[in-house]
Amino acid sequence: MNNRDSDRQRLFTRRAMLLAGGQFGLLTALVGRMYYLQVVESERYQMLAEENRINMRLLPPSRGRVIDRFGVPIAVNQQNYRVLLKAENAPDVSAVLDRLSMIIPISAEEKARVLKDIRRRKKFVPVTVREFLDWEDVARLEVNTPDLPGIDIDVGERRFYPNGAAGAHILGYVGSPRPEDLSGDPLLELPGFKVGRSGVERAFDLPLRGRAGASQLEVNAVGRVIRELNRQDGDPGQDVVLTVDMALQQAAMKRLGDEAGSVVVMEVETGGIIVQASTPSFDPNAFTEGLSPSQWRAVADNERAPLRNKAVAGEYAPGSTFKMIVALAALEAGLATPQTNFFCPGFLEVGDGKFHCWRRHGHGHVDLARGIAESCDVYFYEIARRVGIDNIARMANKFGLGTELGLDTPGERAGLIPTKAWKSAVIGQPWVLGETLVAGIGQGFITTTPMQLATMTARMVNGGKIVQPHLARDVVARGKLATRVPVQPETIDVNPRHLKSVMDAMALVTAAPAGTAHAARIMTPGMSMGGKTGTAQVRRITQREREGGVIKNKDLPWRYRDHALFVGYGPVEAPRYAIAVVVEHGGGGSSVAAPIARDVMTATLKRDPARLAPGANVAGLRAPGSQDS
Amino acid sequence: MARLSGTSVAKLTIRQKLLHLNWEFVLLIVLTASIGFAMLFSAANGDFDPWASRQLMRFAVGILLMLAVAMTDIRIWLRAAFPIYAVCLALLAAVEIMGSIGMGAQRWLDLGFFQLQPSEVMKVAVVLALARYFHGLDYEDAGRLTNLAIPLLLVGAPMALVLRQPDLGTAGVVAMVGAAMFWLGGARLWQFATVAAAAAAAVPVGWQFLRNYQKQRIFTFLNPESDPLGSGYHILQSKIALGSGGLFGKGFLEGTQSHLNFLPEKQTDFIFTMLAEEFGLVGGVGLIALYGVLIAYGIYIAFRARSHFARLLAMGLTVNFFLYVFINIAMVMGILPVVGVPLPLISYGGTAMLTVLIGFGLIMSCWLHRDTYINKRGGTA
Repeated sequence: MNNRDSDRQRLFTRRAMLLAGGQFGLLTALVGRMYYLQVVESERYQMLAEENRINMRLLPPSRGRVIDRFGVPIAVNQQNYRVLLKAENAPDVSAVLDRLSMIIPISAEEKARVLKDIRRRKKFVPVTVREFLDWEDVARLEVNTPDLPGIDIDVGERRFYPNGAAGAHILGYVGSPRPEDLSGDPLLELPGFKVGRSGVERAFDLPLRGRAGASQLEVNAVGRVIRELNRQDGDPGQDVVLTVDMALQQAAMKRLGDEAGSVVVMEVETGGIIVQASTPSFDPNAFTEGLSPSQWRAVADNERAPLRNKAVAGEYAPGSTFKMIVALAALEAGLATPQTNFFCPGFLEVGDGKFHCWRRHGHGHVDLARGIAESCDVYFYEIARRVGIDNIARMANKFGLGTELGLDTPGERAGLIPTKAWKSAVIGQPWVLGETLVAGIGQGFITTTPMQLATMTARMVNGGKIVQPHLARDVVARGKLATRVPVQPETIDVNPRHLKSVMDAMALVTAAPAGTAHAARIMTPGMSMGGKTGTAQVRRITQREREGGVIKNKDLPWRYRDHALFVGYGPVEAPRYAIAVVVEHGGGGSSVAAPIARDVMTATLKRDPARLAPGANVAGLRAPGSQDS
Repeated sequence: MARLSGTSVAKLTIRQKLLHLNWEFVLLIVLTASIGFAMLFSAANGDFDPWASRQLMRFAVGILLMLAVAMTDIRIWLRAAFPIYAVCLALLAAVEIMGSIGMGAQRWLDLGFFQLQPSEVMKVAVVLALARYFHGLDYEDAGRLTNLAIPLLLVGAPMALVLRQPDLGTAGVVAMVGAAMFWLGGARLWQFATVAAAAAAAVPVGWQFLRNYQKQRIFTFLNPESDPLGSGYHILQSKIALGSGGLFGKGFLEGTQSHLNFLPEKQTDFIFTMLAEEFGLVGGVGLIALYGVLIAYGIYIAFRARSHFARLLAMGLTVNFFLYVFINIAMVMGILPVVGVPLPLISYGGTAMLTVLIGFGLIMSCWLHRDTYINKRGGTA
């Protein structure tokens, strides 16, 4: 070994040492980096890894049904047959769609939408081609599946209302949640999930909705499901039982026919609503499938307002149906007795004003019984003048007029019962006597809803018990159904003898030959109905017109005709049902509303379980007066 | 073990040579490769097919080749250095002419039964040739500029060909291995400083010649989270898989990110990530430690060798091996840009496996002939 070589070797050794040191330094740096990733930052990366890997899929619960008082389902879930196309199983998507369109017609736009959906999604994600197939189409598709690679038929759920338009205002309908509905419940963000939009569907949405189940799925990098890791079944929605008798509801809807109007039938002892009809109506099933713009316009622009639930949101002058309130106010104030009588010459002059009775030539001497039975306006001008508007208003409020009733479904209106204070506050003018007189016959500022009129009548004939009208047997508490607490209803502080006098007078409305609804009395043996007619003007009759003869309703445009009203109860001897009928611009209360009330009341009494089998408790129906829990 | 003089080793029989081989080194190699088989088994979701079984066969062939290389007299390697280099360069040029397309760049030479990647073999050939060249230079001669022209050409020619493929990673490795050889061979510090300055000046110019995907890789490397579903996907998913492994890992065959295909190229470039996901920090550091022992062994052999050729060869090949390990692991942990450098002995791939084993064969030959004196021209006098 020579010196030159030892020089080289020393240099090599020195430099190789440095190189080796560098290498181990770098390897140590790798270990440091690993420590950082796998220990310091480990939790973050573990979370990201789980996010990568696990997909939660919600299992939507079956929506609860709505059932009528006799157990008949009136809102159910129907199987929704859908045609799905999975691109990975279809060799030529376009050709498959063409072949499919020979079985179920597919428009060019539909085809374009499907092709676009398929392009946007992964090949194994099924795309919906068509929903709501009928059974015949499903059968034809099943037969042809060998020729339709990639086509699948899938069964989902859709809301279905077997009675269609008849129950639309009671039940409401379901629709996709609006942004303001999003409450954090992840179910609401599920595509295709529906929430109640109005009526019972909305008020009882939480119990009907149920609780979602969840399935934890392991997915791979492209999103294909590998396996189910964990599954938690949800709870299906609860069934909501109504007090409504759907068969009667349908009968009432049919009886109203083409009229725009409303019928409410209520159990007088419980406040349970048996009929809540409003016409014209709409088909809630069409809403679930989605309306076309032209369908929507037809519904929204109709002057008879099919979407408005007239039973609770229609505000009408009560007309003569208000006279019982005026009478009670006078009796309670001690300003009149049932025997007090006034002379009716067909009009009453007060100051400069001349107030007409509906009967041009007058009623002669009129007491309370005749005043109500024959609906003498002058009689009520006289007692209203004595009692004053504020006493009348107080009495009206006690019977549920002028305030919201606190119904268990949304959309109710309060109507209006004016007072002196109200007028000066809202209109800014002092109350004048003439307005009291007009209020005495249920005209002027006063408005009420059919539901309020039925409630008023129920409280009048049940001995003054303050019953709460309601559609559902149960109430919602913390998102679940809870038994309605059977609070003993308070009693309105009126003298029962005064109530009796008013009821007797109402019986005469149908019973007395001169009664305004005598022609519409129930003639079926063993059945009876008392009540009160009402005809509410919607236009002012000028003095000039009055002299030339008041124009007949049928000669006026529809929207200027009078509203026809009737409130009633039956049977007369032991009242169990109260009824209110309003026919918008229908004409006279006795000629239009009373016959409708008679027919619906007759049907109601025929279906009265107590009448069919005394003491029997029909499913879903409580025996009157006994509030079981 | 009796000290063997240079001439006596050459006269040993094959049987005796086998006896004198450093078998503990072979054992370490087999151990490391076995970890690789296990990981390839896991990468195929618990199946020997398609990777583990074929890798095992290649390894069996490779280890025999390694032993044959180890027992061949080191002077034969010295004399064959330049011819081997020439053949490899020719193969590399052949790739340019008739290479088939693979992974968007021409890197494979189809030999019918085997797809040869000449750029891998070239790294070993460069080390051989440079060791041969510097072996023939005195300390004073190594400092002369005129004497550095040939070795520069030896490094530059393959680099140019690899860059044309284009394979930035391999070109970089060749450059770094070359630099290490210059350093060990005795090039002066000021010469390194000059080259470094020139390289820095050339960066903006070189940028113009990069392909778009190469530029993208560098951008992505600088900020992988900017485009998590695009080009940053690989790095990000790799870090997620690695980081989620934690201290002890998710267990063999239980690596969720790798098995659900979130991790790309898990059988080749990203196999370390999979190991770290399934065996955690403990497994990852264990493998790095194993590599460290192999590298230390190589360095030890370099220091023990009497001939300058053996010293340079053993050290150069060790540096080459180290570069594979470092670049691959740094890449999957997001501290180097994604360049196609496999993890030696572990990643699936034939040429890399053979090249690494041939490299180890040469290192072992340096050990077996550690006391052989070789003069400048390769003689024993």
